[in-house]
Amino acid sequence: MKSLEELRALREKMKSQTDNRSVAGSDETVIKVGMATCGIAAGARPVLEALLDEAEKRQLHNVSISQTGCIGMCRLEPIVEVFKDGQKYTYIYMTADKARKVIADHVVNGNPCKEYLIGEN
Amino acid sequence: MRELALNILDIAENSLSAGAKHVEIAVCADLEKDRMKIVVRDDGCGMDEEMLARVTDPFTTSRTTRKVGMGIPLFKFSAESAGGNFDIRSKKNKGTEVTAEYVISHVDRMPLGDFGGVVLQLVTMNPAMDFTVTAACSGREGVLDTREVREILGEDIPLSAPEVRAFLKEYIQENLVDIFGGRL
Repeated sequence: MKSLEELRALREKMKSQTDNRSVAGSDETVIKVGMATCGIAAGARPVLEALLDEAEKRQLHNVSISQTGCIGMCRLEPIVEVFKDGQKYTYIYMTADKARKVIADHVVNGNPCKEYLIGEN
Repeated sequence: MRELALNILDIAENSLSAGAKHVEIAVCADLEKDRMKIVVRDDGCGMDEEMLARVTDPFTTSRTTRKVGMGIPLFKFSAESAGGNFDIRSKKNKGTEVTAEYVISHVDRMPLGDFGGVVLQLVTMNPAMDFTVTAACSGREGVLDTREVREILGEDIPLSAPEVRAFLKEYIQENLVDIFGGRL
């Protein structure tokens, strides 16, 4: 069983890496997931988890993923907002699989997943 | 809402908007007595008595975009439809405490669900808040205190760092399996 003592060792290991992490700078992508009652009930938690896992797997250090309150269109939840290159993209009816695709196609390769965007269906 | 864990997440999000600095979450089960109890306690802005009296009404909400607020009514419903009871206490500027009790074997009791995932999300996604999470089941008990974790990590490494998140994910999961053993 893991104990918090292992965290100390992890800390020492990470100390050397923190320097190159702060270089991210202005090309940062911000991703927000609606996490109010409406979002949670519609399945926003697996979506957020998929985004975080995918960002971790791909070692994306210039991506900031966070949760937000009710975005205001409860019937379209789960909603994911991506702020990239000065633009806002609103993805609706998200699932964990769609979220992984958004990371791969949009965040990494710069091609928004048009079929998931609001107003497309 | 199909999992009690999601209800807990939702209630804890209320603490976030109440400006809480410290949130305590406890899930305590007693298999012999067939009861389990969920407590979410925060030190946020709380509510006055008038708001408190109306808060379990779905047409009461603190948000301004619309007039419906389902979080607390859904949590209350989850307990009362499973032979349990629900209680909410609050003091203006002191904090709020929400308690829900369940009969474990009741046919309508929702499963606890991915409580570990919810805890992970709460502790890694809310850098300004501290959490004390307690899980207890018939004599076994585990506590995760983010103040303790932060002390080990120091100021320069956030809880949201991917390596820390990966560690916490396994740490939480292993301990929860040890305590609850998939029985809830």
